[in-house]
Amino acid sequence: MHFIVNGLQHDLLLDTRMSLLDMLRERLALTGTKKGCNQGACGACTVLVEGERINACLALAVQYENRPITTIEGLGDAEELHALQRAFIAHDGFQCGYCTPGQICSAIGMAREAARGVPSAVTTDLVMEEVELSHDELRERMSGNLCRCGAHNGIVEAIQATFVREDAA
Amino acid sequence: MIEFGYARAGSADEAVRLAAGQGAARYLGGGTNLVDLMREEIEAPGFLVDVTALPREICETPDGGLLIGAAVKNTALAEHRLVRERYPALSRAILSGASGQIRNMASVGGNLMQRTRCFYFYDDAARCNKRSPGAGCDAIDGFNRIHAVFGASPACVATHPSDMCVALAALDAVVHIEGAGGKRTVPFEKFHRLPGGRPQVETTLSPGELITAVELPPLTLAAQSTYRKVRDRASYAFALVSIAAALEVRDGKVHDLRLALGGVAHKPWRAWKAEEALRGAPAAEAGFLAAAEAELADAAPLRDNAFKVELARRLIVTTLSGLAQGDAA
Ligand SMILES: Cc1cc2nc3c(=O)[nH]c(=O)nc-3n(C[C@H](O)[C@H](O)[C@H](O)COP(=O)(O)OP(=O)(O)OC[C@H]3O[C@@H](n4cnc5c(N)ncnc54)[C@H](O)[C@@H]3O)c2cc1C
Ligand code: FES
Ligand code: FES
Repeated sequence: MHFIVNGLQHDLLLDTRMSLLDMLRERLALTGTKKGCNQGACGACTVLVEGERINACLALAVQYENRPITTIEGLGDAEELHALQRAFIAHDGFQCGYCTPGQICSAIGMAREAARGVPSAVTTDLVMEEVELSHDELRERMSGNLCRCGAHNGIVEAIQATFVREDAA
Repeated sequence: MIEFGYARAGSADEAVRLAAGQGAARYLGGGTNLVDLMREEIEAPGFLVDVTALPREICETPDGGLLIGAAVKNTALAEHRLVRERYPALSRAILSGASGQIRNMASVGGNLMQRTRCFYFYDDAARCNKRSPGAGCDAIDGFNRIHAVFGASPACVATHPSDMCVALAALDAVVHIEGAGGKRTVPFEKFHRLPGGRPQVETTLSPGELITAVELPPLTLAAQSTYRKVRDRASYAFALVSIAAALEVRDGKVHDLRLALGGVAHKPWRAWKAEEALRGAPAAEAGFLAAAEAELADAAPLRDNAFKVELARRLIVTTLSGLAQGDAA
């Protein structure tokens, strides 16, 4: 099976039962993506496929052949952090850091959704032309990512600082 | 998880053919429900036919409705401009379910076929007629706060967990199906079953049949529709009770309406009696309450879930009042 992860090509022989999460962690040693609940409930395993956020724990790897996958390792590294990674540091968006890679991948996918006008459960005007990422909107849109340390306020601030224009906040 | 074979289908015909060639085959959408159940070994198909590469189109039908491919992702359906404009209850229902990540993975077909969230169904130490037909049901006398108040049977009191399906039930959707024997359509109301003596059979889909699309008929009043959901957390939790409603008021009277409840039965619960009671009646709170009473007279709550009846009553009244005042969507 052929996979494209963070721009690199990989040919792997896999059992059909292997999840995308286990493939990334165990076969490619990309351990930035975390396993929390392994059942879709916590978001720690969030990665981007063709720019869209998904839970890698519920994904069978075989379904994601030949599609560009981005993990936290593909977003930035210690020398050059992604703007959102810098914002997480500046705004205390984490304590233990376990949920952080998932939060960051999720927020990047979320920002793309908002930019193309995807509404959320708290959007009052469904037919609006532009999404305003208010505090309530961000909380709702990020509700698939839990943080056991309760760093949610810092997380929302970091996302707001990165993706929301000053005048819209 | 047991070992299984895997193939990806490029068309509906190919999917049906691939599934027919394998014993115990199942279709695979986003996997958000099936993979989880396979891991728990509640489901153990020997072969998966991946149907996510089937056409993901949402097109207008000649009569002004919408035809939604079964492989369309939940997010794509919720964000579609025509859905937001013409069937806001459907967008809202989808957006109130699961999380952004899961909605990006989940397909329309998979959403219809998702299985109950009854704790006893998931717990292999418990008895469950859905999991092992004939074993008995531990929910009936167990912790049944999340269970059904309508249409349950002595064999099963589980509920259907989908939000999207409640809106589809209210909006008169039609399910398009293809099987080895050909194509057919089923009104949404007839797609899911009540448990009766065979709670393991949840839909009227035959083994090997594939959902190819869901059709929404043109429905002008659906532009005045909404979805509300009551749950234990503000976000990312299944419904305790939910409602999809569309209302058209003319000269102070209810000209037409659609009403369905979620979280209350083994299937999305179309509130026919409430609709009947309200059509032609004054669009006022007293009428909405009477309609709610007409529907809820049939409710048969269990030990822990009588609160659902009261919740449903209040949801019906406040949602219809809101729609009557014009705050649609
Ligand atoms: C943590 C979590 C929270 C959730 N919260 C909610 C919620 O609040 N509200 C809600 O409504 N849902 C919720 N869900 C459920 C989610 O909506 C479903 O899991 C999803 O819609 C299933 O779609 P899928 O494509 O992933 O299906 P799959 O898991 O791929 O398949 C599910 C079933 O559908 C069958 N199937 C798939 N496609 C077809 C087809 N075309 N024809 C025939 N059969 C088919 C499969 O064989 C399987 O039996 C939640 C799920 C999780 C994991
Ligand atoms: S590990 Fe995937 S959602 Fe928790
Ligand atoms: S920082 Fe510890 S779980 Fe979020």
